[in-house]
Amino acid sequence: MSALLTAEGLHLHFGKVAALDDVALEIHPGEVVAIVGESGSGKTTLLRVLAGMMAPQAGQVLYAGEDVHAMGEAARRRLMRSDWGFVHQNPRDGLRLRVSAGGNVGERLMAAGARHYGDIRAEATEWLKRVEIDPARIDDMPLQFSGGMQQRLQIARTLVTRPKLVFMDEPTGGLDVSVQARLLDLIRALVAELGLAVLIVTHDIAAARLLAHRMLVMRRGQVVEQGLTDRVLDDPQHPYTQLLVSSVLAA
Amino acid sequence: MIEAGYNFGYLDENTKRMIRRALLQAVALPGYQVPFGSREMPLPYGWGTGGIQVTASIIGADDVLKVIDQGADDTTNAVSIRRFFNRVTGVATTEHTGEATIIQTRHRVPEATLREGQVLVYQVPMPEPLFRLEPRVAETKRMHALADYGLMHVKLYEDIARHGAATTSYNYPVLVNRRYLMSPSPIPAFDNPKLDMMPALQLFGAGREKRIYAVPPYTEVKSLDFDDHPFQPARANAACVICGSRESYLDELIVDDGGTRHFVCSDTDYCASRPPLQEAAE
Repeated sequence: MSALLTAEGLHLHFGKVAALDDVALEIHPGEVVAIVGESGSGKTTLLRVLAGMMAPQAGQVLYAGEDVHAMGEAARRRLMRSDWGFVHQNPRDGLRLRVSAGGNVGERLMAAGARHYGDIRAEATEWLKRVEIDPARIDDMPLQFSGGMQQRLQIARTLVTRPKLVFMDEPTGGLDVSVQARLLDLIRALVAELGLAVLIVTHDIAAARLLAHRMLVMRRGQVVEQGLTDRVLDDPQHPYTQLLVSSVLAA
Repeated sequence: MIEAGYNFGYLDENTKRMIRRALLQAVALPGYQVPFGSREMPLPYGWGTGGIQVTASIIGADDVLKVIDQGADDTTNAVSIRRFFNRVTGVATTEHTGEATIIQTRHRVPEATLREGQVLVYQVPMPEPLFRLEPRVAETKRMHALADYGLMHVKLYEDIARHGAATTSYNYPVLVNRRYLMSPSPIPAFDNPKLDMMPALQLFGAGREKRIYAVPPYTEVKSLDFDDHPFQPARANAACVICGSRESYLDELIVDDGGTRHFVCSDTDYCASRPPLQEAAE
């Protein structure tokens, strides 16, 4: 099977700091890949470069054979609206706070050309149910929702157009543990059901273990270790990965 | 007679040429907002500086000018702009829509059907239809460039979800020639259908915002809507107390302290052209 997204030789320096140092990566359809590492290791930068939101200083990112950074803004936006989705760490960055829940979910449908109010509303209702939000709250503002609900709403809004590849930046960050567990459960179910490819950035090793098929460990802009999630976590080779795995708190 | 010391049409010839170039580009790209070097005019922003500059650039000695403000020929703004052009160009002015070659308007389209060869000049306070939804100008430009208008439909969706219908009653956004989203200036939504396939040339001037845009004759102008919630122009359900019209757009007047309401045609020329209601019939 050919890769959905391929990155080769990515370099990006912020002054003297190397955020990306010769990073390569492949993601296949239906695959969940986690990028883990401590703060400042370059994992969010990598996600932004892969999603075309930031240009690398060297290297290229190919999506379905096309160079993401060479394709022009119009094409990249079209990709962001159709094939791709982006889930921000803070749901407030991904939601329109002054637009009702239904409008938030419907926005991508309308951007894709849906022009039938009844259909848009039915689809939004359906998606609210899928992410376990009471459909009676379809006309409520996201500000009236709890943090966990806002994050689930952001996921509904992103997945409504059935993208092929979703980028997630710390989707469970800032939520308390029980809410995190529910959200992870939900993401896992939706990913399996829709056959999504997901690239998830997290510093939470447990979340990565639950969701990801494959894992990359980053440190100082370099990928120091990668492999199947269970292999990396049960038999870490690189000293930094060993440190990371041994630092996880057991409840 | 032209007032001594002024160039024909008040603006100097180089300024007129600059504005005409912007107008040509605007006509070539229906609905696209062309930036231009708006000049200081002898009246404040918001009083029609954009419309006046457009009119001054296209007016010729043979033109007949009509100026309306909210449909009326006899309000302060309309009277003073008409007199201004009479002083600086000496052209004939009229109150009759049919006789005019240039009609400068604030917030209305005349009731009488316009014909080929006429030019309708709109005064525009805010040319950007997306500005209430997206405050960043750079971002709205990008949205226009990419025809990325999903956000406008989100606004419509919200209106219907909250109020059961589109609540925008004026300045209702339109899609021009299936490409550019355009603000029709604050005309009532009632007038929107008149913009579609109009035989006359429509020019829009925004003086403070320094933008010019245009709709050439016979161009498709579609008000945004949903398939199952089609656009519906609103009109007060009443008849004009002067001429009895049930078709024209009406102004509401409170005529005494008891709150008695009267409706009269907003288009004074249209109203005056119809036989008045008999006293006995009232």
